[in-house]
Amino acid sequence: MSQTDLEIVVDDPTAPEDDSPSVVSSGTVEIVVCLLLLALAVTLGTDNWRTGASWDATGPEPGYFPFYLSVILGGGSLYGLVVALLARRASSGSFVTRAQGRRVLAVFLPTLLFCLLTQFLGLYVASFLLIAGFMRFVGKIALWKSLLTAFFFTAIMFVTFDIAFDVIMPKGPLEAALGR
Amino acid sequence: MEAFGLLLHGFAVLLTWKTVLLMMVGLVLGIFVGVLPGLGGPNGVAILLPLTFTMDPTSAIVMLSCIYWGALFGGAITSILFNIPGEAWSVATTFDGYPMAQQGRAAEALTAAFTSSFIGSLVAVLLITFLAPMISSFALKFGPPEFFAVYLLTFCSFVGLGREAKHKTVISMSLGLLLAGIGMDTVSGNLRMTFGSPELLRGINFLVAVIGLFGISEILLTMEERLALRGHAASISLRVVLSVWKDLPKYWVTLLRSSFIGCWLGITPGGAIAASFMGYNLAKRFAKDPESFGKGRIEGVFAPETAAHASGTSALLPMLALGIPGSGTAAILLGGLMVWGLNPGPLLFVEHKDFVWGLIASMYLGNVVGLVLVLTTVPIFASILRVPFAAVAPMIVVSCAIGAYAIQNAMFDIWLMLGFGIVGYVFKKIGIPLAPFTLALVLGNRAEDAFRLSMIGSGGTLKVFWSNGLVGSITTLAIVLLFWPVIDGLLGRLGWTGAGHNRGTIKN
Repeated sequence: MSQTDLEIVVDDPTAPEDDSPSVVSSGTVEIVVCLLLLALAVTLGTDNWRTGASWDATGPEPGYFPFYLSVILGGGSLYGLVVALLARRASSGSFVTRAQGRRVLAVFLPTLLFCLLTQFLGLYVASFLLIAGFMRFVGKIALWKSLLTAFFFTAIMFVTFDIAFDVIMPKGPLEAALGR
Repeated sequence: MEAFGLLLHGFAVLLTWKTVLLMMVGLVLGIFVGVLPGLGGPNGVAILLPLTFTMDPTSAIVMLSCIYWGALFGGAITSILFNIPGEAWSVATTFDGYPMAQQGRAAEALTAAFTSSFIGSLVAVLLITFLAPMISSFALKFGPPEFFAVYLLTFCSFVGLGREAKHKTVISMSLGLLLAGIGMDTVSGNLRMTFGSPELLRGINFLVAVIGLFGISEILLTMEERLALRGHAASISLRVVLSVWKDLPKYWVTLLRSSFIGCWLGITPGGAIAASFMGYNLAKRFAKDPESFGKGRIEGVFAPETAAHASGTSALLPMLALGIPGSGTAAILLGGLMVWGLNPGPLLFVEHKDFVWGLIASMYLGNVVGLVLVLTTVPIFASILRVPFAAVAPMIVVSCAIGAYAIQNAMFDIWLMLGFGIVGYVFKKIGIPLAPFTLALVLGNRAEDAFRLSMIGSGGTLKVFWSNGLVGSITTLAIVLLFWPVIDGLLGRLGWTGAGHNRGTIKN
């Protein structure tokens, strides 16, 4: 028998406001993306042309296939650019609002920092800092809960990957001091 | 009958305590990733892939495929109890599943969802059992032109039948194919598009790309939204299960129709999302009282779940038989096979019989175990959603980084993962589909090799792709599918078809 009288309720105190102003429109982002893809197509196409994009005695040269793919990518991006520019006259929706942008950055920046720290402190120390910091500062979760969760999660990852499955992760000075 | 004997052999390979335990672990992890917001089948499989690196290929693929089944099951829990589709293919399940939960019939809706998932998967696995060996033995006659034609057919069907703007699918696919070409050219040994960077010599591993595209980008997208939820808790009793099962024969037409739709859209790269909507819409169209749909009708749960699971499972058929995945997740499983040096395609059935039939047997067993597991553990998995997202999000980020690093033991791949995370976030928001990108990234080198070998064999003429009836038919079909929207429009003007209707479209 179902117990539907029981409810699960999870609140989100930091939810983005519905009336937050738009930072950038989808149309503008589409134009920028198409321009970037066009630049990528030109760069890769030029490199493949340099590598050799024609036919020699042994068959197609190494750059042959990717060169024509660059042409297709360039064509698609150019078409997308024209479509986006024409559609710009009509109102295009918001790509991200200010409140949403803040929340995205609240994940992205710690992730970026985590990648940087992994390089110098090793993956496990960086993971501990990311989880504890994120729970405490973004989620406003009690310090002891944040530290405990971060410690247990990192320890489980270490035991699972480094010990049980022998998948060696990047290490830093702490692991070196502990002889690993 | 040969297939039946080989399947029994597969069960013999599979039925060890170790493999069954791994199957259970895979299913639990799968349901977990299916339930959690910000995770799903494709990234769940990609992130957990490193766990399997030290296993033998059979154990590894059994665990990975069980993660996949588990994620398929898990999606229904949040759809029905919280009106939040854990996966895009669970959207149609919310239409009637959530109203059922509101009426106090959550247990009934969940039982219906899990049972129909099981039925859909079972039909697809039966199809794989009997059809895959036939297709693979036929495909043994294929040469490079035939293989290239099949790859072309896959790519063209994504462009022609996709729901997104055509140029966006073309951009996604050509970008994936280009990135697949970075590094050492497999034919000549020359370096391409590396720009002197030693890190790019290895090329871009598609699993790293997938972890970024699906894992990191999904976290960013999930954070954007309001993460508050209010829903029902439910547990399922044996009485409810038996009562739903007793009524199953009444819905045999819906179940069979949805299974057929699912299998069809899984084999052609239609996808589970299109299958679930098509299954739901047809059930509604053929119902005596279509207006009762959306108000808590059990058929509204049976139809999309059966179709989605039949589609998700049958997407493995072209992967096993031809080496061409029918979905994003199948592409990731294919990547997993390559990690262990297995080459999916027709030769797999000849060279690695134990592996293939062990995998097919695991599909049967995994679904049975998954059904029992999910029916008995719903309250536990539903309560996972009580964990604040601020705790879940950094753990997923760490798991993604571990997955990305472990594939090639390269710090550069963690940065690459982050880069693909941004690309995935932006692409998803402006409607550039990611499935063709993934497919192109995994098939890029094979497609290029097949093309170059065909061209070398023919002395450089494209006529090789029409050199015999088989290759000519596949190539022509590919071109027809590429220009299908134009052809459909012309036929519609002539009054021959109902052009403009949303028929047979692919949601990538």
